[in-house]
Amino acid sequence: MNGSRWACWIALPCAVALWTLIALVVQTPLLPSPAAVLDTFWQATQSGELPEHLLVTLRRVLFAFVLAMGLGTLLGVWMGRSRLANAVLDPLLVLFLNLPALVTIILLYVWFGLVEAAAVLAVVINKVPNVAVTVREGARSIDPKLEQMALVYRFTRWQRIRHVWLPQLFPYLMAATRGGLALIWKIVLVVELLGRSDGIGFQLHMAFQVFDVASILAYSLAFIAVVQLIELALLQPLERRASSWREAGVRHA
Amino acid sequence: MLELRLDGRHPVLGVIDAQVREGDRICLLGPSGVGKTTLLNGIAGLDPQLRPMIEQRAGLRVGYLFQEHRLLPWRTVRQNLALVGASAADIERLLAEVGLSGAADSLPDQLSLGMARRAALARCLAIKPDLLLLDEPFASLDAERAAELRGLIARLLDQHPAMAMICVTHDPRDADDLASRLWYLSGVPAKLRCDEPPGSPVDLSELSERQRRA
Repeated sequence: MNGSRWACWIALPCAVALWTLIALVVQTPLLPSPAAVLDTFWQATQSGELPEHLLVTLRRVLFAFVLAMGLGTLLGVWMGRSRLANAVLDPLLVLFLNLPALVTIILLYVWFGLVEAAAVLAVVINKVPNVAVTVREGARSIDPKLEQMALVYRFTRWQRIRHVWLPQLFPYLMAATRGGLALIWKIVLVVELLGRSDGIGFQLHMAFQVFDVASILAYSLAFIAVVQLIELALLQPLERRASSWREAGVRHA
Repeated sequence: MLELRLDGRHPVLGVIDAQVREGDRICLLGPSGVGKTTLLNGIAGLDPQLRPMIEQRAGLRVGYLFQEHRLLPWRTVRQNLALVGASAADIERLLAEVGLSGAADSLPDQLSLGMARRAALARCLAIKPDLLLLDEPFASLDAERAAELRGLIARLLDQHPAMAMICVTHDPRDADDLASRLWYLSGVPAKLRCDEPPGSPVDLSELSERQRRA
């Protein structure tokens, strides 16, 4: 038990050490050392350039995330609860699930121009089917016995959603959130690379033009750190709080 | 006063003609798998095929003690009672009545089977039911706990003389303790025999005989 607390600190330092070693051996600007990347990161932070682009990208991620989760959840619950809705919409869902992100992005830029709305919409369209599929599983697994109970005791629609459905959907919503965050920020970068003039994706594009690998790594690592921070500071405490009731039965037994 | 009347043909339960009056204490007996729970669900309005056969007094409140507690496992006993509309004072009183004063802030899964069932019974009473439906309330309890719960239910029925009850059970002894009327469901397709006065009452000795064979 205690060993696993420390185990997570093994792989990462090893990777950094290996990276340092290879960088020392090959001695090329195409593979800068961790120290050089840190230096670039620091300079970009000091100049205000990195925080500015980071915030722009985060704002896009947030918008796309909220929209995709909202729409995907509604769609997923509807398809999970209604056989007819599922039969009608399932082929569309499969189509959109298999539509490459790049195609959506290109088409929306072609149709609507290189505008902010097209960028966010492209990300939302890519993410909604994933959320819907996950939440649909959750909606299908809603306990019919508790549904009967809610019916007999005349729960209002709101009581049913808040007290009966939400706790049962929660693990699925968390899974969609986790997967969503990771997927969305990756797509946002592509969207920025292809058609925006700010954000991390745009900066990566600029760095790519001049093969500035240090900048590419500095920007990516900064963003990974932010996403990890959201996971640790927001998602994990939320999950612990909402699933504490599950341990009740185990403690009793 | 007539609380509820069932009349018509059900695809599983066959022809049904039954009435529940104010203060009726009915035990519903019959072999396993014959559809007793289906009938009870139907009376609670949960069976779409039975729904058109139900005629009930407007505003009839039905409290249903399911076989499982069916409390929301992520809400405490107190929150579960509050959700059906019980006030804070009502919750304290009801929990005291069923002997769970100390367990108000426990989660259902922290309770033993017997306690969880009593918590669910408190929720039934919280809606001040005109008709109480009990689905095998004494199943899987040891003899002592079963006797306790039987006593508790008998006491509650005494306190609320107008409340009607339908109790599904396997055990004719429950009928002796709780029932003023018997319904007997048996056969394929199922047939419900009610001891509607002035009709002849179901013979208990014959019933016990069938129970032993089943």
